[in-house]
Amino acid sequence: MRSVWALAARAALCLLAFSTASFAGEPKQGGILRMYHRDSPANASILEGATYSVNVPFMGVFNNLVIYDQHMAQNSPDSIRPELAESWTWSGDYKKLTFKLRQSVKWHDGKPFTSADVKCSFDLLMGKSQQKLRQNPRKTWYSEVNDVTPNGDFEVSFDLKRPQPSLLAMLASGYTPVYPCHVSPAEMRTHPIGTGPFKFVEFKANESIKLVRNPDYWKKGLPYLDGIEYTIITNRSTAILAFVAGKFDMTFPTHITIPLLKDIKSQAPNAVCVVEPTNVSTNIIVNSTAPPFDNIDIRRAMALALDRKAFVNILFEGQADIGGTMLPPPQGIWGMPKDRLETIPGYGPDVNANRDEAKKLMQKAGYGPDKHLAVKVSTRNLAEYRDPAVILIDQLKSIYIDGELDVVETANWFPKVARKDYMLGLNLTGNAVDDPDQSFYENYSCGSERNYTNYCNKEIEKLFDLQSQETDVNKRKQLVWDIDKKLQEDVARPIIFHARAGTCWQPYVKGVTIMSNSSYNGFRYEDVWLDK
Amino acid sequence: MFAYLVRRLFLMLVTLFGISVVIFFLLRIVPGNIVDILFAAAGYVDPADKANLEKELGIDQPLVVQYLHWIGGFLRGDFGYSYVSEKPALQEILPRIPITARLAGLALLFSASIGIPLGVISAVKQGTRLDYTLRVVSLSGLSLPSFWLGLLILTASVAMFGQIPIFNPNPATWLEAFATYAVPAAAVGFRSAALTMRITRSSMLEVLRQDYIRTARAKGASDAAVNYRHALKNAILPVITVIGIEAAFLIGGLIVTETVFNIPGVARFLVEAIRWRDYPIVQNLVMLIAVVVVSANFIVDMLYAVFDPRIRYTD
Repeated sequence: MRSVWALAARAALCLLAFSTASFAGEPKQGGILRMYHRDSPANASILEGATYSVNVPFMGVFNNLVIYDQHMAQNSPDSIRPELAESWTWSGDYKKLTFKLRQSVKWHDGKPFTSADVKCSFDLLMGKSQQKLRQNPRKTWYSEVNDVTPNGDFEVSFDLKRPQPSLLAMLASGYTPVYPCHVSPAEMRTHPIGTGPFKFVEFKANESIKLVRNPDYWKKGLPYLDGIEYTIITNRSTAILAFVAGKFDMTFPTHITIPLLKDIKSQAPNAVCVVEPTNVSTNIIVNSTAPPFDNIDIRRAMALALDRKAFVNILFEGQADIGGTMLPPPQGIWGMPKDRLETIPGYGPDVNANRDEAKKLMQKAGYGPDKHLAVKVSTRNLAEYRDPAVILIDQLKSIYIDGELDVVETANWFPKVARKDYMLGLNLTGNAVDDPDQSFYENYSCGSERNYTNYCNKEIEKLFDLQSQETDVNKRKQLVWDIDKKLQEDVARPIIFHARAGTCWQPYVKGVTIMSNSSYNGFRYEDVWLDK
Repeated sequence: MFAYLVRRLFLMLVTLFGISVVIFFLLRIVPGNIVDILFAAAGYVDPADKANLEKELGIDQPLVVQYLHWIGGFLRGDFGYSYVSEKPALQEILPRIPITARLAGLALLFSASIGIPLGVISAVKQGTRLDYTLRVVSLSGLSLPSFWLGLLILTASVAMFGQIPIFNPNPATWLEAFATYAVPAAAVGFRSAALTMRITRSSMLEVLRQDYIRTARAKGASDAAVNYRHALKNAILPVITVIGIEAAFLIGGLIVTETVFNIPGVARFLVEAIRWRDYPIVQNLVMLIAVVVVSANFIVDMLYAVFDPRIRYTD
């Protein structure tokens, strides 16, 4: 009899424990999420921004037509979800993309959302509207879009010049919110109006950004938070100490370097920290229009001299990725597999053999132990640029290249690069979307504004178009790998590594997912909640 | 005295004009403008968009036109609009001034209230252990950069108390409000206090050797009366000069202290504005600082005249 009672008591305890556990896992309404922001963004307009400093605080104000699933770390074609669009359909020839829009959605100022707003937003992005964005950094994303046509108030079609299945990937980025027609781009820079889970309250430059819960959000019951407050702290040490002291619930996303992550874990052992790739590559830009780098042998020698593992070990304690243009797997969708990557000159594991080959190429070009090539390695005056540049200079020494660091202030960096006033440059390239269309056309197509090296290969450009129109993912992957391999072999812009960075939050912050192949798309925060 | 005041006032206006010219043209010599920076941040340059934006902001006009436009506005109290926030520059600057003023005021108060008495004590107790200790402390104050001291304070606070004394915009009590400013003021004022102490000490030592001090002692005046009424009053002039100069130098110290303690004052704001080449903010803010510094010097000159009759009679 006693054993029956004991069994019953045990069962009751288990039930209690189970119910408590499920209760603890259920989202709670309320609370303000406090984060620090790494810098003061220029303005609040995501469409004009070109840094995730704008996306992180303001993505919660808006909605897209479609959005990457906010709880799947890897952005992929399979993780695209409808948002302001209820559904989408492609025409048989992939030249028309039609969205059925959600009804009864209201802007934060109470006006109704309709297809006219979608048209206005994309006309702005394509430079077709009377009102202009001050800056339009992603105009090229829509270069294949002929027109955006509303069909009634709640349907809209994108007419394309040619099939471009990955347009959907661009539309799902945090960089592609829908703006209201009735608010000017100037107002959107200072007081953004969206349809999103949070309403804009205020943005005090260098001080704070405040968002408050949108009580009329079209997703009933969301957001869970009453608001989000970002305190702008430009000094990283102060920011991290404040997080450790509990003043903030979360660090700025992917703001923590690997060495600093150790500090945080030792000072705040309960903090939850994740490290993910940022899809920002560190690469070399080479001025191939002037000697000595107009000589392909010297460019190839330089690429062969790279010991990528050393960069990764020194700067990231081993936690960064080696790859080509596209972010390598498993986090990257389109990156080359390791075995294929290692067939590219300079990527093989035997660094000494690579360098011996590089030395031969240098000697062929007239340089050797007695005649070194003096070059300036230009880079921006930021630690993430300077530090790898110093390592690069050290590595180039091994093949008779004597590098001198040329540090350039941010304001002068792109003008300098644009007028080709450099020999070698160390550059960082961020990819908002893990998609070859975004990366290839932006960085390697003839005449692109971001093609800093003016690399232009008509043959490879045809391949860009071919992969862009391919609807079969596996076939497209093969094409992308071929293109990426060719780009590395041509020393178009040698990729050194793909960075990783950390994000930490207090254990009571729930529902945060850090994207693993983009730093620009995961900040809607509508179902983040505080378990306090 | 009136002629002295008028002459000083005239010099003050000439100085301010010179400063305005220097501020304006130095800012233009620095390579790059806001448009360059905006495009640099975006990683591309569109020449047409760039030209439009330069026209919109008025930075495509000749420099002389830009200068006259700015200085005319400054004199009328129209500071223009911030290029970055697109809000009126005055609206951006004004709320930040009291924050920095409070911090600077507290730092100066800290500097004077700690530096002068310790300087007097050090001089009076010359050659004793106390004197040596105070001199070592003052030397450390001069050697420690305020940003390093600030970070040290923050790290120690977090490690020892689990609290971080960074800026709190909404303090619940007056004590919290005081702490918001007191800790950074101490960090930035430590150097000034050390300097004030050393100047007070050497000035006091010089005065304490004067005949009239010996006479005062011979007449039976107490130590306190001799030190504070007779010696300090005469030793204070160089100290006032140093405090006046320190008030101007403080801006430099405040930039780093405001950054480390995350205080949204004008000093940090100025650095950010320079980084963005936000001309309306930088020009007007530096001009305002110049007005404050020149006015402070003017007041110091007047104080000289008050404390030292020789100045008002001979100058």
